[in-house]
Amino acid sequence: MASKARKATPKTAASVAKNAAVATERDRTPLCLVNPDGSVVKGAKLPVIPDADLKRLFEVMLQNREIDERMLTVQRQGRIGFYMQSRGEEGSILGAAYATTKADWLFLCYRELASLLWRGMTLQTFANQLFGNRQDLVKGRQMPCHYTDRAIGLVSISSPVSTQIPQAAGVGWAMKLKGEENVSLCFMGEGGTAEGDFHCGMNFAAVYKANVVFVCRNNGWAISTPAEVQSASETFAMKARAYGMPGVLVDGGDIFAMIAATREAVERARKGEGPTLIEARTYRFSAHSSSDDPSVYRDEKADQAKFAHMDPLPRLRNFLKHRELWSQEWEQSVVTKIQDQLATAIKLAETMDLPQTETVFEDVYKELPWHLREEKNEALRHKQKPVHGVVNATSSAKG
Amino acid sequence: MQAVQQKAPPMAQTQTMNIIQAVNDALKIQMRKDPRVLVMGEDVGKFGGVFRATQGLYQEFGPNRAIDTPLSEGGIIGTAIGMAIYGLRPVAEIQFADYIFPAFDQLVNEAAKYRYRSGGQYPCPLIVRTPYGGGIRGGHYHSQSPEAYFIHTPGLKVVCPATPYDAKGLLLAAMRQDDPVIFFEPKRMYRAAKGEVPTGDYEVPLEQAKVTREGKHVTLIAWGAMWHTVSEFAETLAKDGISAEVLDLRTLWPVDLTTILKSVEKTGRAVIVHEAPRTCGFGAELSALIHERAMLKLEAPVQRVTGFDTPFPYSLEHDYMPSVSRMRAAVDRTLNY
Repeated sequence: MASKARKATPKTAASVAKNAAVATERDRTPLCLVNPDGSVVKGAKLPVIPDADLKRLFEVMLQNREIDERMLTVQRQGRIGFYMQSRGEEGSILGAAYATTKADWLFLCYRELASLLWRGMTLQTFANQLFGNRQDLVKGRQMPCHYTDRAIGLVSISSPVSTQIPQAAGVGWAMKLKGEENVSLCFMGEGGTAEGDFHCGMNFAAVYKANVVFVCRNNGWAISTPAEVQSASETFAMKARAYGMPGVLVDGGDIFAMIAATREAVERARKGEGPTLIEARTYRFSAHSSSDDPSVYRDEKADQAKFAHMDPLPRLRNFLKHRELWSQEWEQSVVTKIQDQLATAIKLAETMDLPQTETVFEDVYKELPWHLREEKNEALRHKQKPVHGVVNATSSAKG
Repeated sequence: MQAVQQKAPPMAQTQTMNIIQAVNDALKIQMRKDPRVLVMGEDVGKFGGVFRATQGLYQEFGPNRAIDTPLSEGGIIGTAIGMAIYGLRPVAEIQFADYIFPAFDQLVNEAAKYRYRSGGQYPCPLIVRTPYGGGIRGGHYHSQSPEAYFIHTPGLKVVCPATPYDAKGLLLAAMRQDDPVIFFEPKRMYRAAKGEVPTGDYEVPLEQAKVTREGKHVTLIAWGAMWHTVSEFAETLAKDGISAEVLDLRTLWPVDLTTILKSVEKTGRAVIVHEAPRTCGFGAELSALIHERAMLKLEAPVQRVTGFDTPFPYSLEHDYMPSVSRMRAAVDRTLNY
C-alpha cells in the first residue's frame, strides 16, 4: 500500500503543480473600461464620476507631468539632490487615490506624487521637501520625494522597499479593531513583491481581514531589473489567491478601470470583509530616478512607441474630447498656471534657510536625552557650511 | 539562584512574585487602564505565551487584545508599528531575542526612525518584550543577548530589568511613554528571581540605574540576569575584605551615566559584566564613557567580563558565561594594577 502510494504521488503532484502555475484567461486579462482612443469598451459599465472630477483628475495628471519635467531639470542643474518621475503611472495612482478620502491613510512606495496632489498637498509643501529647507515638514531629514503630510493622511515614506506593506496592514487592522470604516491604501512596486515584507503584510492583512487595499504598480521595471526576474508568477494579482484575498489585474492606463477596481476593494474593506490586491499594469516611461540611465538596459525609443497606448494621459484626454469636456485652450491654461505656481514655489523654497543645526537632534526621542544634549552642543560649537551643492540663500551656519 | 528581596514603597500591599508574574501583572494593570493597549505575538493568546507571561490576558481581554499571530517576527513588528502610529499601544512579544532578527529592519529602519523622519508627525510608541540570555541549555538560538545592536540604533530605548519589582515598574513606565522600547527580560531568572512586589500600580522611572549594594573598593556594573550573579559575587568578595559596590543599570539606553560616574569616582575601579560577546558589546561603550570622563579618578583601567566572541555554545555554556572566577580575576586586576 505504502509503496504504491509513493509511486502514484509524484505524477499527481507534478500535474497539480503544472496546473497551479498557469493563469486562466481571466487572470491574464486586465480590467479595461475605456480604450486608448477614449471610446468606452463595448458593454463596459463606467464608474459614476462627476464631470468636474473628471476634469480635475485630468488637471492633476497634467500638473504631475509638468512638475516632473521641471523638477528633473532642477535636479540636473544641481539645485536638488535627487528626483523621481512617474510618467505613465499617474492614471493608476490617481484612480486608486480618487476612490479614498483623507481619513483613509496613505502608504506610498515613493513614486505616487499624483495621489498627494489629488489630496491637496500644496506645491509649497512639495517644494520645501525637495529643498529640505526650514519649512520642510520633515525638517530636511529625508532625501527628495520622501514626503510626510499628516494633514492629508500621508504616512512617512521610507526608502527600504516594502517595509510599508506590513505597516499598512497594521494600520488597517487597527482601524478594524477600533471599529472604524477607514481603510489604509498601500502602494508598492512589482519589485517590492519579492521582499519578505510583502509576504508578511499580505498574510497578516488577510488573516485578520484588515481594512487595507494594496496597489501593486507593475511598471515592468525595478530600476534595471525586469518584472519577470522578480517573480515566476504570470501576474502579480494572482498572488492574492494563495493569501486568501481577491486579486484584480487592471489596465493601469485606464483611470476608469482603476477607480472601479479600487472602489470595490475599498467598499469591501470598509465593510470589514478584508483586503484586496490590485495589480495596475503600466509602463515606466521615465527613468527609475534622476540617478538612472535606462538606455543601458532597454531600447528606449522602441519601448516608448511600443507602450504608448498604456499612457493614461492621452487616453483620458481622448475620453474628455468625446464628452466635449476638453479644449486646447483649457489644457494650455492648466499647464501655464502650474508652471507659474511651481516657479513661485521653487523660488521660495530655494531661498529659504536650511533647518537650524539643533533640529538634527530633535525627534530622535520625544525628549532630548543627556547624550543628545551633549552632541547638540558639540554640533553647535562646530557648525559647518553645507558640503553639497545646496543653493539655499543662507547656510545653517548663518541661521 | 537566590531570591533577592527588594524593599517596596511603604504602606503598599505586596505579594511575592517572580519576574513572569510581575510582567503579567504590569500588562494586566495597563490593559485594564488603557483600552489602547494590546499584546500580540506567537502563542501569546490562548496559551498565554511559551513562558506564560501573557497568561490570562486572552481570557480577560479577548482575542482582539491578546492576539495570537502568524509565525513571523517581521510581520509582528511591522504590523505593530502600524498599530502604534495609528494610536494603539501594542506590546509585541518576540518569543526569544534570538528570533528578533527577521524584524531587525522594521525595528532599526522603521520603528526607530518614524518620529524623526516624519518631522515629529508620527510617533511610534511600540513596546517589544523579549526574553534574552543564556544558562538555560538553549544553544545558539535560545541564549543570545543582542542588546548592543539596539543600543546602537538612535531612536530606540533599551530596558533590561533584573528583579520582579523592577520588571513590573519598568514595564508600566515603558508602556506610558511615547518612544519605542525594546524590553529584554532575563529568561534564566524568570522564575528563579522572587521578590516582594506591590500588587497595585507603580512605576520605576526609565533611564535610572540603581546602586543595589554600597561599597568602596570597586564598582561592579551589570544588568538583567548577570546582576544576580554579580550580587552574589559581591558577597563572596566581602568575605575576603573587598568592598564592592554593585550597580544594576535597569535601563541600558539612554544609560544613567551620572550614577555610574558617581560610583566609579568613589571606588576608582570598575568591572563591567555582561553575557553578550565582548567586541562592541555594551561594556565597550560603558568602558569608553568611564575612561573619557573619570580618567583621573581611576586607580586601574576598567575591566570587562563578558561572553566570548564566539557563537553561544550548547554543551559548554558554563565555560562561555561570565563566571565568578573570571570576575574575581578581573577584580584582582583592578586591585593589583
